[in-house]
Amino acid sequence: MKKMSVDDKLGINKFYPDEHNPHIEIDPDFKDEREIMRVVKACPAELYKYENGQVIFNHEGCLECGTCRVVSGGKVVRVWHYPVGSMGIEYRQG
Amino acid sequence: MSDDRFDAIIVGAGLAGSTAALTLAKAGMEVLVVERGNWAGAKNVSGGRLYGHALEKIIPGFASEAPIERKITKERISLMTETAATTIEYNDEDMRREETASYSVLRSKFDKWLAEKAEAEGAMFVTGIHADEMIVRDGKVCGVKAGDEEMEADVVILADGVNSPLAQSLGMKKELAQDQTAVGVKEVIGLDEKVISDRFGVAPGEGCAWMMAGFPSDGGIGGACLYTNKDSLSLAVVLTASEIGNSEYSVPQLLERVKQHPTIAPLIEDGKLLEYSAHLVTEGGYNMIPTLYRDGVLLAGDAANMVINIAYTVRGMDFAIESGRLAAETIIKAKEKGDFSASTLSSYKTMLDNSFVMRDMMHHARAPKLMEHKEIFTKYPVMAKEVFSEMFTIDGNPRRHLMKFAMPALKKSGGIFKLAGIGMDALKAL
Ligand SMILES: Cc1cc2nc3c(=O)[nH]c(=O)nc-3n(C[C@H](O)[C@H](O)[C@H](O)COP(=O)(O)OP(=O)(O)OC[C@H]3O[C@@H](n4cnc5c(N)ncnc54)[C@H](O)[C@@H]3O)c2cc1C
Ligand code: SF4
Repeated sequence: MKKMSVDDKLGINKFYPDEHNPHIEIDPDFKDEREIMRVVKACPAELYKYENGQVIFNHEGCLECGTCRVVSGGKVVRVWHYPVGSMGIEYRQG
Repeated sequence: MSDDRFDAIIVGAGLAGSTAALTLAKAGMEVLVVERGNWAGAKNVSGGRLYGHALEKIIPGFASEAPIERKITKERISLMTETAATTIEYNDEDMRREETASYSVLRSKFDKWLAEKAEAEGAMFVTGIHADEMIVRDGKVCGVKAGDEEMEADVVILADGVNSPLAQSLGMKKELAQDQTAVGVKEVIGLDEKVISDRFGVAPGEGCAWMMAGFPSDGGIGGACLYTNKDSLSLAVVLTASEIGNSEYSVPQLLERVKQHPTIAPLIEDGKLLEYSAHLVTEGGYNMIPTLYRDGVLLAGDAANMVINIAYTVRGMDFAIESGRLAAETIIKAKEKGDFSASTLSSYKTMLDNSFVMRDMMHHARAPKLMEHKEIFTKYPVMAKEVFSEMFTIDGNPRRHLMKFAMPALKKSGGIFKLAGIGMDALKAL
């Protein structure tokens, strides 16, 4: 199988996006690079980016695993919820 | 709906929730299942191997009607380096017996089927609804809130899976500790049914379960697993959360790397990605079991961290089914007494303690300690490669005696005492 980017993989999944309702909130002022990079490396959907000394997050494409919350231990990720009912990822295989 | 009062509300239509619903409905109880996915199974992911015994007790011969993928008749365990794999393969006629059989499953399909079984018995499912909060009065759980809706019952079963913010809000379960929790990233790769049987050397309808250590987690505590489905493969990498960041590779990169490994690449050749998923799995074992009951509430399945995660297998699905059933049995008895206090519900824990759930969890209580021996993930795959590579390589160079090349390889990986020590720990833990 050819190498695939995470974006392409997410493109195959079925989502009900809830664009205006982020279910995860980060602390944009958190600065510890090491901790931020752990979250960046942890997210299976690659939704965390570290750019110009800042952490950037986009909730669309979230696989709803909870890894970012567990890895950041309350530091980078401030609020973590599942999306509201019926929104977000819909697994057809599982 | 707020006027309706149920005998029991179950949060989560996974295996634990739907089994509990099925058992309660069969006993004639009014039960409501609240599921955040648009249908039962829409949010659920597993590695993919269901040990059938627990469900067999509830639906005898379930495999003939349930959407199972393949019966597992072949086990593989590999220690992998970047270029090599040292593999043990095992198969036995006994694996085909119904009483001991295990099956690869895809949860989106399987959970939907189980929920329909519960529905057919009279359980009510509301899907696409996220339970946001618990309703607690005078210390007793009385129901759940979802948006503006309040739903009440004599008792609530939280079967809402590994994260369970609801159990955390009740103080029954702690936030998942990084060193006791792993992330699993998974791909389901579509392939022709016959091609799968040929590549894995299995008969039609039969399949292979494969655990891999070393290379997949880049030496971190973790590994990979591969299960053959009917016409797809489930391939996942699992990595303990506290290990994340130690490798130069990110979690999604680790999975992509396994797909390119010379052992795996030819097996997934021409495969088509059908789905990309991620899910947490606990690995603290027995020591991670939270408070299982309180006035008006019980925890079942992953919400109660009921998982065994050891080198050769991951088990959580049969525990979810059994704990769902026992939670329901507890409630049926509580209903007869008309008392849903913690003291009546405590029989849940007694039943669990006497079941295979807690017996097996206790039996493997030392497994998390075993996993802390980093050599298993770092040095031993290399040692195996060095020994077998020298044994099997014939290139005209003078042959050396086994002891000549095995001893240095062993020394490099910590020496014979270290190996014996880990061997002892393994014997105690497994
Ligand atoms: C990578 C990986 C590999 C695994 N491999 C295996 C294996 O091979 N064999 C095995 O036996 N086990 C395996 N496990 C473990 C197994 O998947 C779990 O133990 C099992 O799925 C637990 O079932 P459950 O019903 O308790 O929880 P889940 O299946 O997680 O179900 C929870 C349900 O609750 C719903 N829910 C959650 N919150 C809410 C809310 N607030 N409101 C409404 N609904 C909600 C969810 O949508 C979901 O339907 C693996 C796990 C992982 C991550
Ligand atoms: S929940 Fe999982 S997929 Fe979603 S942002 Fe966190 S780590 Fe990424």
